[in-house]
Amino acid sequence: MKQLSIILIATFLNVGTIFSQERSLPNIDVKTLDGATFNIQDLENENNPIVISFWATWCKPCKKELNNIAEIYEDWQDETGVKVVAISIDDTRSMSKVAPYVNSSDWEYEIYLDSNSDLKRALGVSSVPHTFLINSEGKIVWQHKGYIDGDEDELYEQIQAISK
Amino acid sequence: MKNISLGFILFFLSINIFAQNNGEIHGDFDLNMQSYIEDATINAVAADEIIRNNSFLNIIFTKNNFSAGLRYESYLNALLDYDDDFKGNGIPYRFATYSIEGLEVTAGNFYEQFGSGLIFRSYEEKGLGIDNAMDGIRLKYKLLKGISLKTFIGKSRTYFTYADGIFRGIDGEIDLNETLELQSKTRYIFGGSFISRYQQRNNPVFELPQNVGLYAGRLNIINGGWNYYGEYAYKINDPVNSIQEDAVNYASGNAFTSSLTFSKRGFGITGEIHRADNMLLLSDRDRIGKAYIMNYIPTLSKPHAYTLLALYPCATQAMGELGVQLDIFYKIKKGSLLGGKYGTKLNLNFSRINGLNNGNSFKNDLTNHEPILISFKGEELYFADINLEVNKKVNKRIRYNFVIANQTYNKDFLEGKTPGEYGVINSTIGVLDLSYKIKKGHTLRMEVQTLIAKQLETASKKEEGDWVMALAEYTISPNWFFTIQDMYNYGNDDESKRLHYININFGFLKGANRFSIGYGKKREGIFCVGGVCKLVPSSNGLNLNITSSF
Repeated sequence: MKQLSIILIATFLNVGTIFSQERSLPNIDVKTLDGATFNIQDLENENNPIVISFWATWCKPCKKELNNIAEIYEDWQDETGVKVVAISIDDTRSMSKVAPYVNSSDWEYEIYLDSNSDLKRALGVSSVPHTFLINSEGKIVWQHKGYIDGDEDELYEQIQAISK
Repeated sequence: MKNISLGFILFFLSINIFAQNNGEIHGDFDLNMQSYIEDATINAVAADEIIRNNSFLNIIFTKNNFSAGLRYESYLNALLDYDDDFKGNGIPYRFATYSIEGLEVTAGNFYEQFGSGLIFRSYEEKGLGIDNAMDGIRLKYKLLKGISLKTFIGKSRTYFTYADGIFRGIDGEIDLNETLELQSKTRYIFGGSFISRYQQRNNPVFELPQNVGLYAGRLNIINGGWNYYGEYAYKINDPVNSIQEDAVNYASGNAFTSSLTFSKRGFGITGEIHRADNMLLLSDRDRIGKAYIMNYIPTLSKPHAYTLLALYPCATQAMGELGVQLDIFYKIKKGSLLGGKYGTKLNLNFSRINGLNNGNSFKNDLTNHEPILISFKGEELYFADINLEVNKKVNKRIRYNFVIANQTYNKDFLEGKTPGEYGVINSTIGVLDLSYKIKKGHTLRMEVQTLIAKQLETASKKEEGDWVMALAEYTISPNWFFTIQDMYNYGNDDESKRLHYININFGFLKGANRFSIGYGKKREGIFCVGGVCKLVPSSNGLNLNITSSF
């Protein structure tokens, strides 16, 4: 029985290859900082690229990534029109620290709360930070796990490659 | 359960055959392998298997408003810091969901949280080995603009099986501003939820309730930078299954949580208070342990990321505690004397958790106790933490993070020791984390941490004493990292236990794949996420971690 399941999964994956390789955002609701419900499929940026970064207030590399990008965000926006969306996976324990942290850090990003990890799970994010790049058609074209100093340069090259 | 898994897979296959376009398949994979070598000096044992492994693969199929997925999990055998009951292979998680005109239907497994989780939270936390996914049916419906309803029925997962209790739940939320189309700058959101657990009674002496109900009400008011959240929860009596009269507790349970936040550019403040009394909800009244907990009362303390700051972590006492926390975030402006060229960020955090007045509510023929609502003075202190974090970028090459903290940890109580065994530990911790950019993409990061501990009372056993830790990390963006660290228990009273715990780690990252390999000794300790903790045994060996996402 177990072997059968494995064979079936393998077959299922093979069949999967005939599917389009494009990947869209899932139909999942998150919360805005002012309490409203927002469906992540409604993200838009006038056909310019969107960066989605999963982070948490307790995650050092996540904050490093978003703080480093914050310093050059204006330049990025001027040159490519990119928008950065930061999705906090802080749960009830630390959710109330998100707004104070974001505001005190002068972040200009769009912030959403995914407090029971529904979006995180739907996008296959096993740990934070995890960054996705979305093109003008709303498709995920690039992703990156983890953050080490300087990774924002690679991200920016990817953004430039898809911006018009 | 396996039959069902098979059914789901066949179902996927049929979808594949009939709908060859527009569908998307994606998922993620995680492998954690560890070898265990004996090391008597740190009490590390060798595993009979030599190597143990936890792995999983998630697959999600989506097409328009339909999605289905499964997770294959493999524990051969589970890592030593996991419960032994995670054993073997299987597909313990599979679901299908679709949504149409505001109605979302899910069959199979799902995760759910009502309000802040005081009466119900089903979630997964791989690091802790917690996964209490529900298996059943869930409906979500957007009734009108701003009104949403959720309801479910199901059983909760424990390891590769399901706990005895059957849960039924309903939750409603109304966003007044959206529903009434108010133009007000203040947003009002009200919510209410109800949960019921059915479990057959089998007590020969006492008539235990078969259906245990819990309800909660919540309120969220938001105006500009202000945000207030409050929730109150109540649970009817849910006695333990005992035939001893003095062990049976017919008291009800209750809890509240309340937080007020204000923030503006460069400044933020959050104040929180919570209290839990007899508020543990288990999926089976006859079991104990984190795998059976179905509500979430997170500890009111800062989740620390540095090792020595998290050496003495606080675990929530859902049976009875009162906690307060205050956080202040401030950014000293760029260009000022203390702000320098880039500004300086400060975070001051204070938290304090104590017991309820003479313990939690308790009621039977022999006892009738109800603690007073708010009481700080004279109560048994469980945990306190005051810490200041300074984050500063000095110039284009150098940045640092500095933390100083003082923590008080009631080891006897929080670790279930006999009173007087270790007593209360007070520790003062300092952390300096310095990054130096050598050239484009190359960064050297160093951490030095120190912990000075003292036992506040005379106790029969000596605690480990003082620690120092140093870490060096070299990273080459975007692909490589290399880390070496040493934790040294130099202040242990017992000279034979003044040990070094050296770890080296090497990793490669590329896009959606991450590989890392490490070798070293881990100290026995308590690891917590959100106030839920597990004991990690000491270990010595090699570990391999691969994560990938597609």
